[in-house]
Amino acid sequence: MTLNRRDFLKISGAGAAAAALSGCATQGASSGRAHVVVVGAGFGGATCAKYIRQWGPNVDVTLIEPNDKFVSCPTSNWVLGGIRTMDDITHGYDNLPKHGIKMVKDYVTGIDAAKRVVTTRGGASIGYDRLVLAPGIEILTDTVKGFKEAEAAGKVVHAWKAGPQTALLRKQLEAMPDGGTFVMSVPATPYRCPPGPYERACMVAHYFKQAKPKSKIILLDGNPDIVSKKGLFMDAWNTLYPGMIDYRPNNAPLAVDAGRMLVTTEFDDVKGDVLNVVPRQRAGAVTALAGARNDSAGNWCTVNLATFESTTVPNVHVIGDSVASNLPKSGHMATNHAKVCAAAIVELLAGRQPDPIPVVANTCYSATSGTTSGYVANVYRYEAGKGYVSAPEGGATAKGDELNFAYNESWAKNIWAEVLN
Amino acid sequence: MNKKTILACAGLLGVALSGVAGAADVHTRTLASTCLSCHGPGGKSQGAIPSLAGLEKDYFVKAMQEFKAGTRAASIMKRHANGYTDAEIEAMAAYFAGLKK
Repeated sequence: MTLNRRDFLKISGAGAAAAALSGCATQGASSGRAHVVVVGAGFGGATCAKYIRQWGPNVDVTLIEPNDKFVSCPTSNWVLGGIRTMDDITHGYDNLPKHGIKMVKDYVTGIDAAKRVVTTRGGASIGYDRLVLAPGIEILTDTVKGFKEAEAAGKVVHAWKAGPQTALLRKQLEAMPDGGTFVMSVPATPYRCPPGPYERACMVAHYFKQAKPKSKIILLDGNPDIVSKKGLFMDAWNTLYPGMIDYRPNNAPLAVDAGRMLVTTEFDDVKGDVLNVVPRQRAGAVTALAGARNDSAGNWCTVNLATFESTTVPNVHVIGDSVASNLPKSGHMATNHAKVCAAAIVELLAGRQPDPIPVVANTCYSATSGTTSGYVANVYRYEAGKGYVSAPEGGATAKGDELNFAYNESWAKNIWAEVLN
Repeated sequence: MNKKTILACAGLLGVALSGVAGAADVHTRTLASTCLSCHGPGGKSQGAIPSLAGLEKDYFVKAMQEFKAGTRAASIMKRHANGYTDAEIEAMAAYFAGLKK
């Protein structure tokens, strides 16, 4: 603990504040103020940091994030559809320090889980009592032959992490001639944002309908069927974009050739003017540094779902898309992992039992056009020995409408504020 | 002990000190916080989704029970309301009633 506290003070310069609060230090799990390090300031990480500070004002929190800005994956498809700009989905981290969170702009390069120390590219060594890893996903670019080269050349992107690739894909769509073909691949589950590929097809179709009505979309799905909100998307494709979207299930991409603009599947060579290949994914690389990418295939992180603590690495918690569970990999769900995890950490650090029956919910809107959206929503209740059990009456809308588009817009503003303000 | 120290110590003991939510238990506090991913930080919403901060307790309970029963016009809230017990709905109502508008 002494090491943790000293290290925290070294990087934060918060000695005076810590000293003023030391009167109750002996009531904690150990002497001195506890220190939680959170890695990744996305939906999960930033929310977790904020709620640990809110519920455990005597806990010091350091949030490590390499990026300057938060770029939202939810509604990034709207940029592709031309109904939002990159500016609309990009937000600063300026408000997080107001919660007493120490922000460190750096990249984690090492985790010593036995000594409880994180090391960074910038040369910092930061001790922790509890570590929260919220890195999102790592894209398995090697699983589609030729993708890495095509991506490096700026010819083919996944745009499955919102940012420069989103802007580049939008530019490629803008440059495509009318009558062109947009080819997109959907990875086999589990992947980030189950309805995301189908919303993307809607958004690109919305853009084509207005700007390039002779154009086509070929959707190569690595799954046997539409993974999420099937009724909603089928209705939109049939009624709003008839004849525009060619949906091909069981068509995982094996290779991409940026020179000839081809995606090869088991069945076919599919030619396109713009190719958007989304390879399979696994838990963010930083989880492997901690030894927490521990499911049977070594792809995802198994955790105690009541606390989000790793099942194999003590004092290391994993939240968000990296977690192996039946919960959908959504930004919204990551904020709920974050809150359950934050509550558990505050209780554990104080030597108390965490809530044994946490409840989380998922709410996920998808736009089907520039004015219509639908949703899927579920409540999940934790039961010991079973994990999260879906409550009755969860499910999805069958048709997009304007009311849900208004809720979709409101949801985005509110969740960004909840994560960042 | 100065005031700041007392506050910090009470926080350590798990007493909700926001002064607006009372001493909500950890389950209720966490549950209520999950609503805010849609309804906005502090229960204050921007746009079409209603705010929860400062809602009258009885109004919240009645609305949630009607969503559950399907007797109140709803988009997404029937899906959510059915996930919570009556006791949780009562506890959330008290929590949100205590948040500043």
